Amino acid sequence: MASHLCVPPIAWNWLPLLLLLLLVVVFRFPGAACDLNVSSNSTSHSEPKAHFAAAAAVATTASSEQDERLPVFSLDYDYVQIPYEVTLWILLASLAKIGFHLYHKLPGLMPESCLLIIVGALVGGIIFGTDHKSPPVMDSSIYFLYLLPPIVLEGGYFMPTRPFFENIGSILWWSGMGALLNAFGIGLSLYLICQVKAFGLSDVNLLQNLLFGSMISAVDPVAVLAVFEEAHVNEQLYMMIFGEALLNDGISVVLYNILIAFTKMHKFEDIEPVDILAGFARFIVVGVGGVFFGIIFGFISAFITRFTQNISAIEPLIVFMFSYLSYLAAETLYLSGILAITACAVTMKKYVEENVSQTSYTTIKYFMKMLSSVSETLIFIFMGVSTVGKDHEWNWAFVCFTLIFCQIWRAISVFALFYVSNQFRTFPFTIKDQCIIFYSGLRGAGSFSLAFLLPLSLFPRKKMFVTATLVIIYFTVFIQGMTIGPLVRYLDVKKTNKKESINEELHTRLMDHLKAGIEDVCGQWSHYQVRDKFKKFDHKYLRKILIRENQPKSSIVSLYKKLEMKQAIEMVETGILSTTAFMIPLQAQRIQGTKRLSPEDVESMRDILTHNMYQVRQRTLSYNKYNLRTETSEKQAKEILIRRQHTFRESLRKGNSLPWGKLSGIKNIRYLSFPYSNPHSANRETGTGVFTDDDSSDAIFPPVTFKPHARTGSLQERRQQPEMIPMERLRRGGRSLNLGGQRSAARGDQVSRVRPPLIPKPQFHAVDEEYESGEEEEETRVVGPRWTAEPRNGKEYHKSHSPLLPRK
Amino acid sequence: MGSHGSHYEREAELDLILEETGFSRANLSGLHQRFQYLDKNKNGFLSQMDLHNIKELERNPLTDRIINSFFPDGGQCVDFGFVWVLAHFRPLENEDSTAGDPQKPKPLNSQNNKLHFAFQLYDLDCDGKISKKEMLQVLRLIVGVEVTDEQLEVIASRTVQEADEDGGGAVSFEEFTRSLDKMNVGHKMSIRILK
Repeated sequence: MASHLCVPPIAWNWLPLLLLLLLVVVFRFPGAACDLNVSSNSTSHSEPKAHFAAAAAVATTASSEQDERLPVFSLDYDYVQIPYEVTLWILLASLAKIGFHLYHKLPGLMPESCLLIIVGALVGGIIFGTDHKSPPVMDSSIYFLYLLPPIVLEGGYFMPTRPFFENIGSILWWSGMGALLNAFGIGLSLYLICQVKAFGLSDVNLLQNLLFGSMISAVDPVAVLAVFEEAHVNEQLYMMIFGEALLNDGISVVLYNILIAFTKMHKFEDIEPVDILAGFARFIVVGVGGVFFGIIFGFISAFITRFTQNISAIEPLIVFMFSYLSYLAAETLYLSGILAITACAVTMKKYVEENVSQTSYTTIKYFMKMLSSVSETLIFIFMGVSTVGKDHEWNWAFVCFTLIFCQIWRAISVFALFYVSNQFRTFPFTIKDQCIIFYSGLRGAGSFSLAFLLPLSLFPRKKMFVTATLVIIYFTVFIQGMTIGPLVRYLDVKKTNKKESINEELHTRLMDHLKAGIEDVCGQWSHYQVRDKFKKFDHKYLRKILIRENQPKSSIVSLYKKLEMKQAIEMVETGILSTTAFMIPLQAQRIQGTKRLSPEDVESMRDILTHNMYQVRQRTLSYNKYNLRTETSEKQAKEILIRRQHTFRESLRKGNSLPWGKLSGIKNIRYLSFPYSNPHSANRETGTGVFTDDDSSDAIFPPVTFKPHARTGSLQERRQQPEMIPMERLRRGGRSLNLGGQRSAARGDQVSRVRPPLIPKPQFHAVDEEYESGEEEEETRVVGPRWTAEPRNGKEYHKSHSPLLPRK
Repeated sequence: MGSHGSHYEREAELDLILEETGFSRANLSGLHQRFQYLDKNKNGFLSQMDLHNIKELERNPLTDRIINSFFPDGGQCVDFGFVWVLAHFRPLENEDSTAGDPQKPKPLNSQNNKLHFAFQLYDLDCDGKISKKEMLQVLRLIVGVEVTDEQLEVIASRTVQEADEDGGGAVSFEEFTRSLDKMNVGHKMSIRILK
């Protein structure tokens, strides 16, 4: 092959890209390209291959002695074949995905893996049809070193940690025992079938069957999560499926490796019980060791990101390199790389997210998705290629029984294992949940890869295994995948179809928000001591080491930081309460009193409400394997925050009470008389702590103010306003406090409480100079008053202070 | 848990809370830990700022009202009694143990009390009625910016009109309750972990 300068004219490049598949076929024929694009001064055809060459003006003196003329345009396909084809496949899969999503109904109907399989089969068909001389082959090292890690990394990174750890007992129990149960169950049953002479399978021994069982039990249920989304499955169920997907791959591979080692080491008859014990021990060591490695690497990389403020461009690099390194390091020692990389991602995520810049964070997320997407696509293409081909060995008995046993054993493992774990759970899984879990046992790329990589020397009947695996995958993905959506919706008993009145809609939504808010206040304290201990440990030590300093302690500030300045300004300029995009006939009407409204008006009102009411924040981010969908909730959050800021400033500008509640004075609501020590010093601390914690005011919010009044230091003001205003009234009112905040008698049978207030002695300390005075007209000097409470006398209160006793 | 006053006093109050709110001891201790976690300054009570610091709460359109419900009558701090509010959200028990005893007050998490709590969120001026203005304010909070004021006014009028049976132009608590008859309020306003 002569060397060539690759400077082809533009026209050459565009042709294959534009004409995609069809031209790919054509290009594959060596020399066929010559018919298409070769210019008139064609090359000499003495060589079978054509070469791409430089432009015409090449000195020909040196070559004048050669036999042939210097080729002006030539084609060299071999040089670029592999990257070229890989790129084309990926591009093809991407185009297919675009098409898939353009048609809105499809994603709800079938999981996206269906689509990928179809594309793979298509490409396979083409390759087969064109008799490609070197079809793509996936070998063990490519799969395990390059294709698998991104997929696992992505799964680990996007896993919601809190629900995972809350359910970790159930998840480990289910994934671990489930995988083992399935593997051995299927293996043994198939072995029994193989013993039946009639099927012609007697040469498949026990080990091979067990190995096949372990391969085929690697499920990939994450694909169904997207299909579930509308049905609002509860968080636990979601987590079980996610957790299973995450751990199942790792466990299957570990099992697979152990069994392969067995196959290599002994003849079947020599296996003794001690070897089996050794197998179990190895299983545990490999698993735990992998996790351990992962955690260490996770901490190291979190620590390093602490120092990358100035070179934020390498932050994603660090994240990816360390994760990959953890995988490789674990693999070196024959530990489970999959579990290592998973543990690394989980550990790293929490700290890295706080350390890295916003753009790095986005980059990491997207890049991860992209890598895993590419990997999976390639695997499916390989799968497609091997589907369409002559390399199959079809054995009816084996295939059918495999299918049957897969379902049976999954059912057994689900119901048995959950029955056991339900005894220990506070919130047991219902039968409905268990059915969903059972049905979501889709197989995916993992099983196929393991089957494909079986060494032929040890497995003379490898083709049969591969065929059976392919059948199972196709069956589960297509049939189960497509029907699980309707099944879930069917099981989820819907409300009656009767339309809700506007009242109900509004109040329902309000209550949902209220509930979400109260849930947030409650936090997620659990019944488990371990978790709380870990949190304490985490706060005390880990965070100090691993997280950067100068982090804003207030969450609002960090949230505001993420607000885009441009959007904020836009919102202000157009006016928050801007005109609508909706065209409804009601705009012109002014409804007063009891004017009757036509049903269409009511309908349209209902529609407006339904479409425009804010969504309740979801606890578990909906996970989609193939996509990142955070746009709407981010947008909504920003809107809410900006509006609240705006309202706040509005109300303050009017200099009056806040739009909520009656501020009748400062009262420290004491329900109980737990005496606390040193309220003075504590409160002094409070003052400083509270007002200065969000000090990282590198323009938290744009200096662009909403109002003409010069106001800077947005957030600090916002915070101190509630304190200021009441103090104002206090001053004006001459410290007359409103005693006895008794609620109005209109409250039905509620326990009415009299809350004798604390008598606070407000002490006006001149606060630090960071606040400018002169914001409110009345305020002249003191801006941030702090007041402390009298040291409470426990005894005194106890008698008069019985707020909780019912007063009727 | 703060400095130690008389141990017995505390115990007695704890029992008081337990009886009043209906929480179990385990839950109460969990809530106490949460209280301590939220109380970053460790001064024994929560201010509005502490609650505003809860990250997830910021994304809620009703944040301010919810937080304010913990500080009735405009107070600035609340101590551990904030569990009183949370008690409203306990899941309903199946049997109504106070059914036979009209003298005893209903538990905090009874349906009625839950509805009352929700009613308070609307009724800011505490006059026992939700006026159209208050309804409009609530609507403004939970609807996105794309809906205009006029539309919202219409919707608010309609809402009040639907629920208002005696034509008073405002929604009283009883009317509010009746309009939500068909909804399973008990379920909506219950948080599992508070059981």
